[in-house]
Amino acid sequence: MTQAPVQQGRLKSPFYSRLEKLDFVNQWHEWKGYSSTDELYCADTEYFAIRNATAVFDLTPMTKYRVTGPDALDYLNRLVTRDMAKIRPGRVAYAVWCDDSGQVIDDGTIFHLREGEYRLCSQERHYAWLMANTIGFDVTVTHETEDVAALAVQGPTSFSVLDRMGLDGLGELKPFGLMHFDFEGAELMVSRTGFTADLGYELWIEPGKAEALWDALFEAGELHGIRAIGTHALELARIEAGFLAAYEEFLPADETVRTGVSRSPLELGLDWLVDFKKPNFNGRRALAQEKRKGSTWRLVKLDIEGNKVAENSYIFANKRASGGNIGFITSAAWSPVCKQNIALGTVKMPHGKPGDTVWVEIYYQREMHWNRKMAEAVVVDKPFWFPARRGATPPGPF
Amino acid sequence: MTDKYDAIVVGAGHNGLVCSALLARAGKNVLVLEANAQVGGAAVTREFAEGHSVSACAHLLYQLQPEVRKELQLSPKLAGEDMTTIALAEDGQHLRLSADAVTGVSDDDAAQYRRFRKRMTRFSDLLRKYLNKAPPRLGTKNLSDLFTLGQLGFDIRRLGKEEMQEFLRLIGMNIHDEVTERFESPLLKGAISLDAVLGTHLGPRSPNTIVTYLYRLAGDHGRVAAVRGGMGSVSEELAHAARSSGVTIRTGMPVKRIIVGNGRVTGVETASGETFSSYMVISNADPKRTIMDLVGARHVEAGFARRMHHLRSRGNAAKLHLALDGLPTIDGLDKKDFGQRLVIAGDEHYVERAFNPAKYGEYSPEPVVEMTFPSFRDESLAPTGKHVMSAVVQYAPYSLREGWSDATKKAFNDTVIATIAKYAPDIAQRITASELLTPADIEDEFHITGGHWHHGELTLDQFLFVRPVHGAAQYKMPLDGLWLCGAGAHPGGGVSGAAGRNAARTILKWEKAA
Repeated sequence: MTQAPVQQGRLKSPFYSRLEKLDFVNQWHEWKGYSSTDELYCADTEYFAIRNATAVFDLTPMTKYRVTGPDALDYLNRLVTRDMAKIRPGRVAYAVWCDDSGQVIDDGTIFHLREGEYRLCSQERHYAWLMANTIGFDVTVTHETEDVAALAVQGPTSFSVLDRMGLDGLGELKPFGLMHFDFEGAELMVSRTGFTADLGYELWIEPGKAEALWDALFEAGELHGIRAIGTHALELARIEAGFLAAYEEFLPADETVRTGVSRSPLELGLDWLVDFKKPNFNGRRALAQEKRKGSTWRLVKLDIEGNKVAENSYIFANKRASGGNIGFITSAAWSPVCKQNIALGTVKMPHGKPGDTVWVEIYYQREMHWNRKMAEAVVVDKPFWFPARRGATPPGPF
Repeated sequence: MTDKYDAIVVGAGHNGLVCSALLARAGKNVLVLEANAQVGGAAVTREFAEGHSVSACAHLLYQLQPEVRKELQLSPKLAGEDMTTIALAEDGQHLRLSADAVTGVSDDDAAQYRRFRKRMTRFSDLLRKYLNKAPPRLGTKNLSDLFTLGQLGFDIRRLGKEEMQEFLRLIGMNIHDEVTERFESPLLKGAISLDAVLGTHLGPRSPNTIVTYLYRLAGDHGRVAAVRGGMGSVSEELAHAARSSGVTIRTGMPVKRIIVGNGRVTGVETASGETFSSYMVISNADPKRTIMDLVGARHVEAGFARRMHHLRSRGNAAKLHLALDGLPTIDGLDKKDFGQRLVIAGDEHYVERAFNPAKYGEYSPEPVVEMTFPSFRDESLAPTGKHVMSAVVQYAPYSLREGWSDATKKAFNDTVIATIAKYAPDIAQRITASELLTPADIEDEFHITGGHWHHGELTLDQFLFVRPVHGAAQYKMPLDGLWLCGAGAHPGGGVSGAAGRNAARTILKWEKAA
């Protein structure tokens, strides 16, 4: 029996041939073994495709696992903090999973593809942890990142593009729903999910049909301003949406060395995902105790005065910065669509209640010279960007 | 119909009995459920051939803790006390080892042995103090834990600079390096090596074998005793103490599962389908069986389940029981010597060589043997003029590559008899009946995962603060209402009662605090 040679170097996504054609700046990075593009021509223009037209992002490198078997539901319910029994077939759940100490390992989405058949997606790889979780369960976990090509199709015209492509009935699909379509004899799964807090979908298909899908999509989208985008544009949309990213808002608990540097879901504003009515899940005991005794950290969304981006800034309780810092910024950006100076940060309890004012120490460079500014910031409750069209069913046409 | 108890103890092993008796004396309504017809777990006496009885698993008493004896007013009747270990030599030039002296060796070796035992006893005394306490948690702010930790540090420091350095040097080391540095007599080196590895899946060159040696000494300075009526009489006495304290003991009631409801333990179900309710279930079964089989991994968190899954508990010691129509002849032994403990471990390499095949799933072609003739001192165990031999034989891996079958058992049995025959040539002619218990048989009969005496290898990564695993070292499992009280918990195996007593005390302390 001959074995396929081991892949050397970076993997190329099945969409690579199409991305390559659109690539002007040749700026790529590595994402879990794949070449992934930062930007193809101009991150700003790409960003506006997300908010004003349709943006297409190659999601293939995102980690995907298939979870099947008689105990799939029980397995997932022990793995994640939320109640997966409520997620019916054809629905998708945002979920977070913890270690025994209630510290977040990662967040991701779980697709209930068919009765008892799930796909779990996350930014990071978790095979060892997922396999450890199978002990005592009749369940099969398969790593299928390379077996599924995926695209995010996001933006106000995204529904119209997909409708034009011939996906009949897609208008009925609600947020966090998924449907199966036939695409040239292959199964195309479409979910109404995304990382942009805008109207948008994700398309999932076997790699052999990837290029054909891309071509059909771009043909249908020509009049709707469809554009391929890279991670820079997506990252800006992500911060506007107030979504978390591993290695930014939290470190995967199984990667940390020091104690006290990981975060619990309660410390990341994910209380709503923790269902203490479930009798057992990883981290339940620790989280119940944290709930009783109080958390150490709190995730905050900040609306900051001025236009200087608060990257890597310390957060203080007052302008004089007395009493030491109370936390720091984890992600920051100027939001073009909100016209706001926004940031996500982590502060020590009891600071950072919604409505509180905190101060952010911003360093910025002007013609080589550094300047420091203490900027007032208000803790906001809602995502910075959350348009009505995101939830409209059926979505409006363009 | 469901009966309700304050506490249910799964398994009437000696630790389960100690734990139940102490809880009952504190006013608890305790039920003990034992799978076998007899109480005692691996500390039982049973007939293996008509009129011939032996201690079926544990056969020598060297660890029963004075605290346990005192609190439960135990006074086991001993058939032999402070037994001498005779290291058999093929040429009849045997060595005799006692707690502080050895004969049959050079003066240098004799002097070294005294120094060696003195130092080891000093270190094991330090350990002994902590056998009878719940091990402190690391990284905690709990005052009593911090105090115990501080005390441990202080006790080590108090050894004095030189001895502390020696302690820290030795504690992770192997027995082979220590005996080769110290002694010249091969037989002496072999005998000490054997003591360090008895009951483990370790060879003398394996790291940790100083710890196992110290653990053996920690019980009673390494003094070995035989119990009149076999080990079962200790269990009977414990069961009596438990019953008279109000404990209900039901034998022949294997627990099929520990019932978990709404995230906590609520009782147990027996194989016959009977259920018993209690908010406290204390398992005398080994940790792996308790969590993986009786509770179910899904009812605990994944990190804990993974640690339990990886708990090492591969038994490697077999038990051989022989019914003899008379004592065998061993060159160089007096008749009275048959009342002592006889060991076959020719030299320090012999023990390691015996271990080598075990690493690859094969039994030793030349095994190490610890033999006793219990009937010599205790005529109740065999008909007049007849005798029984009870031997621990290593190595016989639990997961024999070929699998344990009648054929492989017979082959190993013949190997052991041939080994013994080198010293006792007439042994084969004396045998009227025999029984070999491999670790697989020990698992079947005594329900110990892997057939391991200690319910889990006794090595530094599964010792003290991390026994059986990190996060569960204080008898309380990370599942509300579930406790461990057996050898898998701190401090470990041997008929000591320490785990059972510590568990009971910890439970009562928790209840008081709650």
